[in-house]
Amino acid sequence: MNNEIIEKIKKDLHDNILEESRSHNEIYFTVKKGSIVKLCDHIYYHLDLPLVSIFATDERKIDGSFKIHYVFSMDRNDAFIILRIKVDSKESSYPSITPKIASANWYEREMQDMFGLVPLGHPDPRRLMNFEDWPEEIHPLRKDFDIKTKPPRVKGEYIYRHVDGEGVYEIPVGPVHAGVIEPGHFRFSVAGEPIINLEIRHFYTHKGVEKLFENISIDKAVFLAERVSGDNSVAHVVAFCQAMEKIALINVPLRAIYIRTILLELERIYNHLADIAGIATDVAFAFGAAHANKLKEEVLQLNEQITGSRMLRGMNAIGGVRRDIGDKKNMILQKLSNIQRDFRKLMEHLTSTPSLMDRIENTGRIYNDIAKGLHVVGPVGRASGLDRDTRRDHPYAAYKELNFKVPIQKAGDVLSRTIVRADEICESVALIEQALWALPEGEIRVHLDRIPDGQALGYTEAPRGETIYWIRTIGNRIERCKVRDPSFCNWLAIEYAVLDNIVPDFPIINKSLSLSYSGNDM
Amino acid sequence: MTVEDEIEIMGQRMNDKIKKIFGRSLHIREVDAGSCNACEVEVNALSNPIYDIERFGLHIVASPRHADMLLVTGPVTRNMELALLKTYNATPSPKLVAAMGSCACNGGIFGDTYASCGGVDKILPVDVYIPGCPPRPQALIFGIMVAIDKLEQKIKRKEALS
Repeated sequence: MNNEIIEKIKKDLHDNILEESRSHNEIYFTVKKGSIVKLCDHIYYHLDLPLVSIFATDERKIDGSFKIHYVFSMDRNDAFIILRIKVDSKESSYPSITPKIASANWYEREMQDMFGLVPLGHPDPRRLMNFEDWPEEIHPLRKDFDIKTKPPRVKGEYIYRHVDGEGVYEIPVGPVHAGVIEPGHFRFSVAGEPIINLEIRHFYTHKGVEKLFENISIDKAVFLAERVSGDNSVAHVVAFCQAMEKIALINVPLRAIYIRTILLELERIYNHLADIAGIATDVAFAFGAAHANKLKEEVLQLNEQITGSRMLRGMNAIGGVRRDIGDKKNMILQKLSNIQRDFRKLMEHLTSTPSLMDRIENTGRIYNDIAKGLHVVGPVGRASGLDRDTRRDHPYAAYKELNFKVPIQKAGDVLSRTIVRADEICESVALIEQALWALPEGEIRVHLDRIPDGQALGYTEAPRGETIYWIRTIGNRIERCKVRDPSFCNWLAIEYAVLDNIVPDFPIINKSLSLSYSGNDM
Repeated sequence: MTVEDEIEIMGQRMNDKIKKIFGRSLHIREVDAGSCNACEVEVNALSNPIYDIERFGLHIVASPRHADMLLVTGPVTRNMELALLKTYNATPSPKLVAAMGSCACNGGIFGDTYASCGGVDKILPVDVYIPGCPPRPQALIFGIMVAIDKLEQKIKRKEALS
């Protein structure tokens, strides 16, 4: 870690620091509550560090207060800066940073619902996770809330933003959609065909995952992490395991690390293929969709052959992996090379089909400044020119030893996102080949009886983008587990991406952003 | 036996059943009541060119009003409970309800909590449970066949009574 930069930050924060601690690549600064807006502003704009997560912890039993953590990522130095403020339980309010940093919007509303911490000066203090029929003064993530409680349904109303004007009308869609997709509500305000406003309302699939983590054993929690967002199972569980392994200070065997890398990349391939198939479906290019879906199915069947699960579930464990896949090396190489050959042909077809290109070029543009301001992550961010990739910026698993490029596009439209995904598929195939050729001999797992007390961040680059876990353990149980799925960031961008586009293009834009409802709602 | 062979055999059996009971085809409406989206991946897989269930007379339709059967995934979250009930009420009778996936069967890993009802049968009468996390497409087709048998029994019982 670059100490010079840390010293500089310390100098900048100066007398606002009450306490400082370090563990691994995480630097925690406890700062004065009143100065948080100024400090976040400084770190975010002057030091240009992206804000990757905000979360609260209930520490009323220890010192009668809640703590709020603001996590900033130092991409160039592979480190994280975490500012921490203390919020007294009697006050339960703190200054909102959303007016300065737009990407903090949902985090602060989430903490308001889950912990009852009120962000003062928040521009949109409506409820987020708790619906209108949820009683006031009940906050599920507080320690005195029992997970089995079933609060009564009360009367309440959710107010949507309303657009007035001649010929303006609303189209409400969802939560049950026409396609086989997850539930969520969209409210379009349109004048003729062009969309002039879109409001999204989610959290229909809120399953209380973070509370559940605190109430189950660590062995079971591994399986829960796999089920936060189904098609990003591996990315989630690896992030979870890495945080645990950091807390337990264990070195995962090299062979296991390489196997994890292979699984992570297999997951990326089938997810990106599904997105490309979805885009082709939504522009009614059935041939392209059928072809892409066939390739995706081939990857799912390959997954089943090597791990026993089409979604690659049940493979990862704290301390390594459960099964060796080294003996299937030749089969994997053979299948992947066929898939890649077919995929190249498919991309040639897609990009030379005018009816498809006409629909996706210049559609659903997310400009670079919007993408940066809302902290858009993953392939969507990279298609808008944001050069960030957790695999390169915060290397984990075997990515440090392997060669890969991070594809970047500038235009930020559906076409750019498709190209980024297509390039990433080719990079992923190359990564798996390298990992298989370099697969080291040895153990695949170290066993652990007990997880010591501690806290750590775990992070991966899921197919959808940066996934972050922050875990604190006490007495071999999880005290708090904050999950930040990439979709939690990217959903905010869709309201901008659809503006001035026509309603029939909405499904394409939605698909090109590849958003998980379950990972977002948890 | 390859996946393609399995599907061919099961699909033909299903096609015969559907022809006998429904005349032409079985229409399914999928409802996500809070799943993690892995079940959706598998339902979508049924329509890909390798399974292509439409050739066996199985349609996934866009509205519950067109459906003979609801295929419900997820543990039914508190926030989806009302939407699921409305969807059920919009489906014309006689109708079938299949609970797909471990969470739909009994809440699965999400259990019975403040946010989750703990299974579809807490909210709706369920005809068939299709376990698995997520169930493979083959399991899904098998489950649908069991549901069709159940509907046949239902109809026979009704006829016998009247």
